[in-house]
Amino acid sequence: MSTATDNATIERFKARAAEEHLLDVAYTTTDSPFGPLLLARTRRGLVRVGLPNQDTDELLVDLAERVSPRVLEAPAELDETRRELHLYFEGKLDSFDLPLDWRLSGGLRQRVLRAINRIPYGQTRSYTEMARKAGNERAVRAAGTACGSNPIPLVVPCHRVLRTGGALGGYGGGLAMKQALLELEGVLDESPAS
Amino acid sequence: MQTQQPFQTFLDEHRVPVLGFLRAMVGPSDADDCFQETFIAALRAYPKLQDAGNLRGWLLTIAHRKAIDHHRARGRAPVPVAEPAELVAVDGIPERDDGLWAAVGALPPKQRAAVALRYGSDLPHGEIASALGCSPEAARRSLHEGLKRLRKELA
Repeated sequence: MSTATDNATIERFKARAAEEHLLDVAYTTTDSPFGPLLLARTRRGLVRVGLPNQDTDELLVDLAERVSPRVLEAPAELDETRRELHLYFEGKLDSFDLPLDWRLSGGLRQRVLRAINRIPYGQTRSYTEMARKAGNERAVRAAGTACGSNPIPLVVPCHRVLRTGGALGGYGGGLAMKQALLELEGVLDESPAS
Repeated sequence: MQTQQPFQTFLDEHRVPVLGFLRAMVGPSDADDCFQETFIAALRAYPKLQDAGNLRGWLLTIAHRKAIDHHRARGRAPVPVAEPAELVAVDGIPERDDGLWAAVGALPPKQRAAVALRYGSDLPHGEIASALGCSPEAARRSLHEGLKRLRKELA
């Protein structure tokens, strides 16, 4: 049995699934300086970025539960996302131009994340500022939670949110990654963290 | 409600038995079309699937229906093509034989499906019955009759 033939059969099936609007969640994995990333999109836009320390299978099961079980690996659907991310990692892109699907975040969290999405490249804000932008200055803890639960990290730049006073705070992908992203954007010096 | 696995996982698990079954049913060159039809139908129905108990049986039932539709659309008995799919050598069936799939294709529908499920998909006997929607007894009989006939044809 020829595997090449089988693969062509599978590719045709996926192309047809997309044509018939049955491909609800398309995903792929791609390399990054930090390790492999999972990228997933719906017809609305990018819905999930999985960081290297997250379990891909768990993320896919979560997408199946929360968005739709019609989840298929379809790299071509994420060509543009992959292209922009790679440019970003090379320091050649300072603003993503990708449609986003916010459905995995509701209410206050989504408002916080939308505010974070407007923080320009190379700048940082505090959790308190983000809470204020989302319409509730006292919700600092909620703002922190929203960052921590960001389903679209890197593209929605929660790494640009720091503690008041400049301490790094937390990051889903690990503090070393947050530090490296801020260095890439020229916010932090490339000196070792004190 | 039961959690549903991503369709990709489902596809990875079942693509081989489905393609094997369809190659045995309609021949290798038309199996591709039937495979598309089968998995598109499955993908369409997948989110509303209630009983996640026997997914392979459910899928092979769809594949069986698509193979029958295919024959009907062609308005003829299946004419299997050259390049037969490889076959597991069991019960005296030769591993490779250009005449084999032609003989399988010439079997009565029930027998053909039973043989295709057993040797194209490598399904255990119990699952053949559920995929064909018949009793285990009837499935065993179809398989047995089919094999007997094949042995005679190919002798």
